[in-house]
Parts: sequence; C-alpha cells; structure tokens
Amino acid sequence: MAIEGADIVKAAAFLGAGLAMGLGAIGPGIGEGMAAAKTCEAIGKNPKEAGLLTRTMLVGQAVSESTGIYSLVVALLLLFVV
Amino acid sequence: MAYDVQTWISLAAYVGGGLAMGLGAVGAAIGEGYTAAQANEALGQNPKMSGEVFKSMLVGQAIAESASIFALVIAILLLFVNPAATSAITASSLFGAGLCMGLGAIGSGVGSGLPGGQACLGIVRQPAAAGKLTTNMLVGSAVCQTPAIFAMVVALVLIFIDYSKAPLYPTWAALIGAGLSMGLSAIGSGMGGGFAAGASCEGIARQPESATNVTTTMLVGQAVSQTPAIFGLLISFVLMFKSHEASTTLSASMALLGAGICMGFGGIGPGIGNGMAAEGAVRWVARNMDHAGELMRIMLVGQAVSQSTAIYAMVISLVLIFVL
Repeated sequence: MAIEGADIVKAAAFLGAGLAMGLGAIGPGIGEGMAAAKTCEAIGKNPKEAGLLTRTMLVGQAVSESTGIYSLVVALLLLFVV
Repeated sequence: MAYDVQTWISLAAYVGGGLAMGLGAVGAAIGEGYTAAQANEALGQNPKMSGEVFKSMLVGQAIAESASIFALVIAILLLFVNPAATSAITASSLFGAGLCMGLGAIGSGVGSGLPGGQACLGIVRQPAAAGKLTTNMLVGSAVCQTPAIFAMVVALVLIFIDYSKAPLYPTWAALIGAGLSMGLSAIGSGMGGGFAAGASCEGIARQPESATNVTTTMLVGQAVSQTPAIFGLLISFVLMFKSHEASTTLSASMALLGAGICMGFGGIGPGIGNGMAAEGAVRWVARNMDHAGELMRIMLVGQAVSQSTAIYAMVISLVLIFVL
C-alpha cells in the first residue's frame, strides 16, 4: 500500500473532523444538562416563575451550545473546505 | 520480522480480551463502592436496621456487577474462541469487540451503583417505604444496564460474524470504529440513567406517596438519556453491516474510524447531561408533586437541547460514512 502525501492529509482531515465533533460534543451536553437540572430545582421551589426560568434556561443553554456549534463548523470545514 | 495472519489474530484477541475485562471492571467497582459507602452511612444513622440495609446493598451491588460480568463473558470468549481465520480482518474485529465491551461497561457499572446507595440510605430514613424503594431501585438500575447490553450485542456480532470475505481496506477501520462508537457512547448513557435512578430513590424516601410520579418521571428521563447510546448503536450497525467499497487509500479507512470516534465521544456528554436534567426533575417531583407535569415538560425541553450535540455528532458520522 503506497500512501501519498495528499492521501495522508485527507486522512488526517477526516480523523480530525471526527475528533473535533466528538470531543466538542461532551462539554455542551453536560453543561446544558446542568442548566436543565438547576431549572427544574428552581421551578420546584418557585413554580410561579416557570416562564421566566424556562426562558433563562434556554438562553443559557443557547450560549453553552455555541462551543458545540464551533465544533460542528470546524468539522464541516475539515470535511469539505480544507 | 514477518508474522502470519494467525499470530495477528491471536495478538488482537488477547489484547482485546484484556481491555474488555480491564476497562469493564472500572465502572462496576466504582458503583459498588458507592453503594457500600452509602450503606455504611445508613448504618451509622441507624445500626438496628443492619439486616435490611445489608440485603438492599447486596441486591444493588449484584445489579451493578452485571455490567462487568458481561465484560468477563466477552473477555473469556476472546481468549478461547479461536477462529480459523484466513484474513487479518478478524484481528480488527476481535480487537474492536474487546474495546467495545470494555468501554461499554464503564457507564452502566457506575450508574447502577447510585440507586443502590440511595436505596440503602432511604430504607433507614423511611423503613415503611422499603418495598417501594427496592422496586424503584431494581427498575432504575435495570434500565442503567441497557447501554452495557447494547455494547455486548455489538461485541458478540464482531466476534461471531465472519468478515473474512470483506475487503481488508477499509473494513478493518469500520470494525474498530463500530466498537468505539458503541463503547464510548454507552459511558454517558449508563451514568446518566444512574443519576436519574439515584435521585428517584432519594425522592421516594423523602416522600413515599410520590412514588408513582417519581418512578414515571425517572423512566421518561432515563429513556431520553439512553438515546445517545442508541445513536452509537445505530452508527455501529451501519459500520458493521454496510458493505464498504475496497480502497487502499488511508483516507477511506480514516473516514470510517473517524465516524466511530465522532459518535462515540459525541454521545458521552449528552448522555450525562440528559441524566443530570432527569435527576433535577425527579428530585423536585418528589418534593413538589403538584407541579410534576410542569417539571417533566421542562426536563424534556432541557434534555432536547442537551441532545443536540449528539445529533451533530451523528450527522458528522453519517457524512463521513456515506458522503466522503
């Protein structure tokens, strides 16, 4: 099996894309789960504020999601652009 | 030094068997240690109940043990099933099987220790609810075992299906990728299911009359926590059963290995996060039963958002398998 330079670069891009999205998904997954857990706690304590709490949870999760989206973008760049 | 095919296969089977049992022992040991620790704490609070607590501890630990027993079975199979193989591809399928079972047992072992421990504490706190607590613990920890069972299924497929007709390049990478995808993604789902089950045992001990609501919320939460492991299983099956076009380029192999790694790691975080969301909801359903519906709704919304990164990982995996 003769491996050429261009092939190695492509192989690295594929493996890198997998690693970027795979590892990048860990943080947002855990972080968003924490936000949801605390929101449930707060709604349990004070159900009247459910609307406000849900809104805040979603905004917080959206921010926490951003690193997951960066990973997705980098993975797509590695697959299709680089 | 040139080795024949049989040497490579034995090498892969023994290394795979070692990894299956070595990694597979991690989770159950931690989970059972947690159960024992909580049982001791419970006995410290009320030594008179030692019989009940001891029984509950042993039952809880027995369930947590099952993940590592699956690993033992796969390890023994890898050591003694000696396939008369003609292709080096068998080496990669056996190694993938070991990796899959070893990693896949970690989460379930840790996770199913949590309800056992909380049940021991709960029995001392609320002796009248011992029956409800034991039932809930059994249901909760049984659900925690599903990711380990998925991992065992994938490992058995990898051991017993004969891939020697498939092209060595890139199928070798697909088989190791299948193992990684299922094994790694099971870690998060196993632990996440345990968080929900532990909180539900704690909640029932606090408020025994909430048991029905708490168990329902726990089961819904655990079911959602299992989805990353199901995504992992899906990618594993695609990698194992799709017929891969022969290609000697390195990039064709790395695309398939990358797909497995991507889905595997990508499942860990959402699995744990979904479990945390379920834990929060279950805990507060027990304390505030009147708002059980609202809490379940918020839990599901939170879990859906937390799930998104697992879906991104699945999309990237599918692109790596089918598009490139």
